[in-house]
Amino acid sequence: MAKITLDALAHSYLPHPKADRDYALKQLNHVWADGEAYALLGASGCGKTTLLNIISGLLTPSRGRILFNDRDVTQTSTAERNIAQVFQFPVVYDTMTVRANLAFPLKNRGAPAAYVAQRVQQIARMIGLEDMLERKARGLTADAKQKISLGRGMVREDVNAILFDEPLTVIDPQMKWELRTQLRALHREFGHTMIYVTHDQTEALTFADKVVVMHDGRVVQIGTPQELFETPEHTFVGYFIGSPGMNLLPATVAGDEARVGDSRVALGARYGALSGKVEIGVRPEFLRLNGVGAGLPVQVIRIEDVGRHKIVRARLDGHEINIVAPEGDQIAPGAAHVEADPRRVNVYVDDWRVQGEAA
Amino acid sequence: MNKNVNQKAWFLVLPVLLLVAFSAVVPLMTVVNYSVQDTFGNNAFFWNGIAWFSDTLHSPRVWGSLGRQTIFTAIILAIQVPLGIFVALNMPKRGAWATICLVLMALPLLIPWNVVGTIWQIFGRVDIGLLGYTLFHLGIDYNYTQGFYSAWATVVVMDVWHWTSLVALLCYAGLQSIPQAYYQAARIDQASRWKVFRYIELPKMRGVLTIAILLRFMDSFKIYTEPFVLTGGGPGNSTTFLSIDLVKMALGQFDLGPAAAFSLMYFLIILLVSWVFYTVMMQIDKDDAQEGK
Amino acid sequence: MALELSGVEKTVAGRPHIHRTDLRLEKGTMNVLLGATLSGKTTLMRLMAGLEAPSVGRILWDGRDVTGMRVQDRNVAMVYQQFINYPSMSVYDNIASPLMLTRRPRAEIDRAVRATAEMLQLTPLLQRRPLELSGGQQQRCALARALVKGAGLVLLDEPLANLDYKLREELRQEIPKIFEASGAIFVYATTEPEEALLLGGRTATLWQGRVTQFGPTPDVYRRPKDAITARVFSDPPMNFLEVVKTGGRLRFADPTHGGGAGGGGGADQLVFAAMAGLADGPYTLGFRANHLRLSDPGPGALRFATRVAVTEITGSETFVHLDHGPSRWVALVHGVRDLAPGAAQPAFVDPAQVYAFGPDGALAATAAYATAA
Repeated sequence: MAKITLDALAHSYLPHPKADRDYALKQLNHVWADGEAYALLGASGCGKTTLLNIISGLLTPSRGRILFNDRDVTQTSTAERNIAQVFQFPVVYDTMTVRANLAFPLKNRGAPAAYVAQRVQQIARMIGLEDMLERKARGLTADAKQKISLGRGMVREDVNAILFDEPLTVIDPQMKWELRTQLRALHREFGHTMIYVTHDQTEALTFADKVVVMHDGRVVQIGTPQELFETPEHTFVGYFIGSPGMNLLPATVAGDEARVGDSRVALGARYGALSGKVEIGVRPEFLRLNGVGAGLPVQVIRIEDVGRHKIVRARLDGHEINIVAPEGDQIAPGAAHVEADPRRVNVYVDDWRVQGEAA
Repeated sequence: MNKNVNQKAWFLVLPVLLLVAFSAVVPLMTVVNYSVQDTFGNNAFFWNGIAWFSDTLHSPRVWGSLGRQTIFTAIILAIQVPLGIFVALNMPKRGAWATICLVLMALPLLIPWNVVGTIWQIFGRVDIGLLGYTLFHLGIDYNYTQGFYSAWATVVVMDVWHWTSLVALLCYAGLQSIPQAYYQAARIDQASRWKVFRYIELPKMRGVLTIAILLRFMDSFKIYTEPFVLTGGGPGNSTTFLSIDLVKMALGQFDLGPAAAFSLMYFLIILLVSWVFYTVMMQIDKDDAQEGK
Repeated sequence: MALELSGVEKTVAGRPHIHRTDLRLEKGTMNVLLGATLSGKTTLMRLMAGLEAPSVGRILWDGRDVTGMRVQDRNVAMVYQQFINYPSMSVYDNIASPLMLTRRPRAEIDRAVRATAEMLQLTPLLQRRPLELSGGQQQRCALARALVKGAGLVLLDEPLANLDYKLREELRQEIPKIFEASGAIFVYATTEPEEALLLGGRTATLWQGRVTQFGPTPDVYRRPKDAITARVFSDPPMNFLEVVKTGGRLRFADPTHGGGAGGGGGADQLVFAAMAGLADGPYTLGFRANHLRLSDPGPGALRFATRVAVTEITGSETFVHLDHGPSRWVALVHGVRDLAPGAAQPAFVDPAQVYAFGPDGALAATAAYATAA
């Protein structure tokens, strides 16, 4: 188990990068704590796979260093880094039994037979493959094969980190639940440092202690799921996390009040003079429709019933906004008013959040 | 998968059926016809039963060539399969070198059989051939027209040169289909080079290897042109393989009846061995898959 | 205009892939096929398209039997999970390709291609090749190709499964709009209950080659006919509890806790109104994750003693996995809750949100809230 330090790390796939945009991964300085579960979240092409490959040793970064605990491993090979990795598609040794698959990483390192047997049994129980141990891996379902891959990743106790590269892509939604909770439980039990790459916000938020949101080769925010949800540091985080994403409205801000078109929105903090592109961001979950005519006037266009709640699509002063309403609410298209929780309204200048002073 | 039943589709198969009838079935029937008849010339044939078959079965000459043939095929399979795998494993996976290698590998396959024979015939000559000349001057007693071992060695080396590429290319294709993630996982698991081969590469190559072995078995068992051009089956009978013997019998001595019986049995041997080999491989495949279920 | 499957069955090598199915899809409707992988969605679509013939039964188009008719003659279009386009052609030619076969005048084809491209926001990309586009744009191109010929039946087989989360969200919002404009019969296969709800229209739930229910999507969601439909149409999975009704009490196994959890946490509960009229015997209660609460919602709530297994935080909500005896339940609660694993936790359900299923799985008493909504 290890603390992972990214020291002035940057990577370009070009031989002689010049401008900032030549870098697939822009300069990073981070320390990831030992035993935490991290998720790298972003759209495809945001650099998350590049970063994972640098950590696993598949890629040597163009600049900077990577340290496991305090040892520089920038030039060390994958095998020497003592990590485990689970891939997007199940990687199993087809001709071996499930047991042999799970035992493989231990046997290759010369672990004593008694320990191997006991450890394989323990892992098999955790991933629910105990009664399949003697079967050949070939011909098992994709779910079961991916469980073997997960198990092989977990089987060594002394690994520095376990890396997951979108491991639930091939799994059915119902099974995703099971595997994700198993991963959580395994993390609690063994306390490995885990890094999980995904484009799926639900997977990232539910899996990780800390989510690393990446956009265009840059880390835009590292935070707990709650922080990402309540105080997105960048408009991209607001858009990317949450379904639907955060509503963004151009506004002018003065003191503890914002003006959107002709309407006023109360803010939870005071702000000084702001220059640049000023916007306010409110999550659909923190907007409430009301029937008494208080708040911002909106035009409700469509109501989508997604079961546990309703998504209301509405227009406010020419901008499309989304509101999340409770399951039982009766809502009809047409004119309505919407109120925002002042403490949940964030202010952005040129896409980055500005911190207000307590009002 | 079931498709809609469309009876008209049968008409589309008709040309192929006709073609196969003319190219395979009719000649085969002619051979069958010869194999059960005898003639004293003048195109007058009479029924001879299974006498030719029984003769062939008791002919030491046929047994001799079958023995040589089997040894030859065994030797070249034993060399070409491991060598082909070895070459495939060591070929560059991508980039300009990969293309160059592929072209170089494919070259021997493009050369016509008789040209291959001629090339080696000249190559091995002691007076003007590079190989023969060099060996002779190194003090090695090499002469493929007279020495038994020289002749065998030349025929084997020639076949290896001509056909190892085929095995290598097929294996290469099989290797290319293995996703990078497998190698990466193996490195993380600290698998040795041998284990990577044994548990990742070999299982993924099994399908193409089956095909490669089958093709090489059939082709080598039918080999004719190259040794015929190179040694003419000599010295003595030492490189007279089944085809060469068959041609001698049919065209040299004009023994059509025995030759026909011989060729039918020859055909059946190849068919039988290929079928058994293929069935066994498929059965292993199926057992494996079922065990997993 | 309508597509009708009448007594259709499909058996392959002695194994039933689709059990006897009767479905009627009306013109201008969005029909969602919801079910896990291998539940028969793709087979059912292939039968509708005519790519496969049913073993038994007939397929009617506007009352006309088209069972044996070739796909080419059927006016259908299909979009797959993989982005299938002609790689060597421009986006324009890709979209135009289905029309080229019809020998229509050039100008008419041009008009149709441009209109479809506009609808799918492909106009600036018309001269590009598919491989130069992002995944979302490639799938838009495939959608445009399916729509351009004005097919009466458009089949979409998990078209968004290979897309990034946000792109999926975007296209998922657009598809119903596109569909409203085209007036065709749309059939959309998905494994995700939420996708079905977002698309609206009508939903058929599939389970092991059987259509378990077919009706307006919110209806199927709130009034499932049986436990299987409820399970298929719940993500996170529905929570179940085996009970025995004897007179005015509901008894259930509660091996986790004997006492300590207070008066209401015992092994039996008073029968609630919806179940009062049912005969005595065994039942399975079902309730969705968002209806299982960690705080008492008020009088009359069912109360269970559980233990926390894992919590998963999604930002605004938390999934709390709870062990109740041998069964694992999920509660979806608002806000961030980080509960220690293994801790005892009372859980509550409003009886108005509980479904009761009989021993054969059929719905015995529906949740009161669903009938009100």
